[in-house]
Amino acid sequence: MTENFVHSYIPHTDSERREMLNSIGVNHLEDLFLEIPERYRDPDIKLAPSLTEMELLQELEFLSAKNVQVGKMPSFLGGGAYSHFIPSAVSALTSRGEFLTSYTPYQPEVSQGTLQATYEFQSMVCELTGMDVANAGMYDGATAFAEAALMACRLTKRYRVYVLESVNSNYLAVLKTYLVPQSVEIVIVPDNVNQVDEDVACLLVQYPDALGTIPNLSSLGKLIHAVGGLFVVSVYPVALGILKPPSEYEADIVTGECQSLGVPLSFGGPYVGMFACKSEHLRQIPGRIVGKTNESHGGKEGFVLTLQTREQHIRREKATSNICTSEALIATAVAIHLALLGPKGIKQVAQLCYNKAHYAAKCIGEIPGFFINPHAPDKYWFNEFVVTGPKSADHIQKNLYDQGIVGGIKISNLVKDGLLFCVTEVNSKQEIDSLVRALDSMKEL
Amino acid sequence: MTMIPTDCYYTKEHEWVRLDGATFVVIGITEFAQDQLGDVIYVNLPEIGSEIQQFAQMGEAESVKAVSDLFSPVTGTVVEVNSNLQDTPELVNQDPYGEGWMLKVELSGTEQLSKLLSSDQYSDFLDSGEH
Repeated sequence: MTENFVHSYIPHTDSERREMLNSIGVNHLEDLFLEIPERYRDPDIKLAPSLTEMELLQELEFLSAKNVQVGKMPSFLGGGAYSHFIPSAVSALTSRGEFLTSYTPYQPEVSQGTLQATYEFQSMVCELTGMDVANAGMYDGATAFAEAALMACRLTKRYRVYVLESVNSNYLAVLKTYLVPQSVEIVIVPDNVNQVDEDVACLLVQYPDALGTIPNLSSLGKLIHAVGGLFVVSVYPVALGILKPPSEYEADIVTGECQSLGVPLSFGGPYVGMFACKSEHLRQIPGRIVGKTNESHGGKEGFVLTLQTREQHIRREKATSNICTSEALIATAVAIHLALLGPKGIKQVAQLCYNKAHYAAKCIGEIPGFFINPHAPDKYWFNEFVVTGPKSADHIQKNLYDQGIVGGIKISNLVKDGLLFCVTEVNSKQEIDSLVRALDSMKEL
Repeated sequence: MTMIPTDCYYTKEHEWVRLDGATFVVIGITEFAQDQLGDVIYVNLPEIGSEIQQFAQMGEAESVKAVSDLFSPVTGTVVEVNSNLQDTPELVNQDPYGEGWMLKVELSGTEQLSKLLSSDQYSDFLDSGEH
C-alpha cells in the first residue's frame, strides 16, 4: 500500500479523488457543496459528552423503562398491528444461523433451505386466501396494497383507482406515496358505493375494514368486475380463520399484513406483507416467486427463483416492481407460525378473538351511556369495535390508562368521540372484565 | 448458418414480415432472434382489433434468460393472433418463420414496407455485427 487512505472506511485515495474531480471538471471537493448555503455547510453539532459503555446502558435502560410494553399492562389496541400469542418455537427456529444470517439468494440453487421456507410461506398464503399464486412477500401490508393497485393499472392499462373510505388511513397514505408520482388518480368512495366509472383499474377494500367491520365483498366484487376492473382485497390474515377467503368473492389480488402471524409488535416493523393473485395475472406479480421443480437428471425435487426475468436487476425500469429488501426472515417466521397453528389452530385463534371481542362489546354496551359501533350498529365485525361513551375519547383513554389499562385508539376523525378497541386471544376474561369495570366507573349517573 | 427466407422483409429489431395478399402481412421474429433469446416460455401479444405502430413496442417475448420487447415492423390493425403460442410458445424456437408466427396485420398502407430491410440487407446487417 503506497498511498495513505484518508479514512479507514473509505477506500478512495487522494489521487483517485483528483482523477474523479478532473474528469467532471471540478477543482475542489468543496465546490460540489456550493449549492448549500454556507451557514448550513458545516453545522456545529451539539452532542453531549461521550459515555462509558456502562453509563450508556444505564441511560438506555432508563429511557426504555418509560415505555409500556404489551404484557406489562392489559392492552386493547389494534388498528393494523395486533398482539397475538407466538409459540417459542418460532423464535427458536428463526434465530438459527442458517435462517438468521443468510442473505438474499443470488445463487438460488445453493440456498435450497431458504428457498423451501419461502415456498412454504407462499403455499400457506395461498391456502389461507384461497388464491392461486403468492409471491415471496412484500415490505408490509400497506406497501403490498399499493403494489396491488399498480399491478391492476398495468393489467388494465387504466390509471384511476377507487379506495373505500373505510381503508386504514396509514394504508391510504402509503397508496398516495406509491401512486401519485406515477400519475395514478386515487378516488375515495363511500362504503356503499354503487357506481364505478369505466376507466377505473381497481377497487381497493380492506377485510375487515379499519373499524373492524366486515364489508359486503360479494356486491363490491360484482360492481368492479362489471366495468372490467380488478377487485383488490387487503386482509387481516387471522380473521381468515373464520371468515370466507376473498377468493370466494372473486378477488383478483389479495394482500395483507402478516404481523399477526408470529411477528412481535415492534414499533412498525420489520413486518412482512403477503401478496397473492389469480394465476392469470401471474406475470405482473411484483417481487420474487419461488417455484418447485425437478432436476432434469435424476428427477430430484428442487426449488428455484422463477420469473426472475421480470425483476429489476434484469428488466431495469420495466420491472414489475422496484421492491428491494427481502423480508425473507420475517416470512420464514410467519411460515413456521402458520405451520405450528395448522388449519385447525388458526380457526381456533380466530374463534377466540371473535368470541372474546363480542363478549367485551356486549358487556360494554350494557353500561349506561356507552355505545358499540354507533356508526354501523347492524354490520358484522370480527375482533375490533368502536366505543363511544358519556365522556370525550381523550378523557376515557386517559382514565383507562390511570386505571392500568391501555385501550382504545382515538378515531374521532371517523366516528365522533370514538375509540377503537381490539380483543385477541391473549386478553384473558379477567382483563376484559377489568376493562368493563374501568369503563363502568365513568358511566352516566 | 442463420436461416433468412428471401420472401420476407426484416427489421433491425429482428422481426420478419411476409406479405399475405395485397394489404395483409404476417409477422414474427427471426431465427437469429429466437436463438439469442433461448427457450421462449411466454409471448405477450396485442389483442385482435388493436392498432399497432411501425417500430413501436407491441408486446414482449419471455425466455428463461430475459424478457425482451417486441417491436411492430408495420403500422396497421391486428386481425389475427397465433393463439397456439399461449400453450406452446416453443413454436417460436422450433419454427420461427412458420408455426411460430405471431400476428396477422392489415396494413394501413403498403409504402411503409420500403422502410424495412430485404433479406440481403438483413443478412448484411447480421454480418456487420452492429446488432
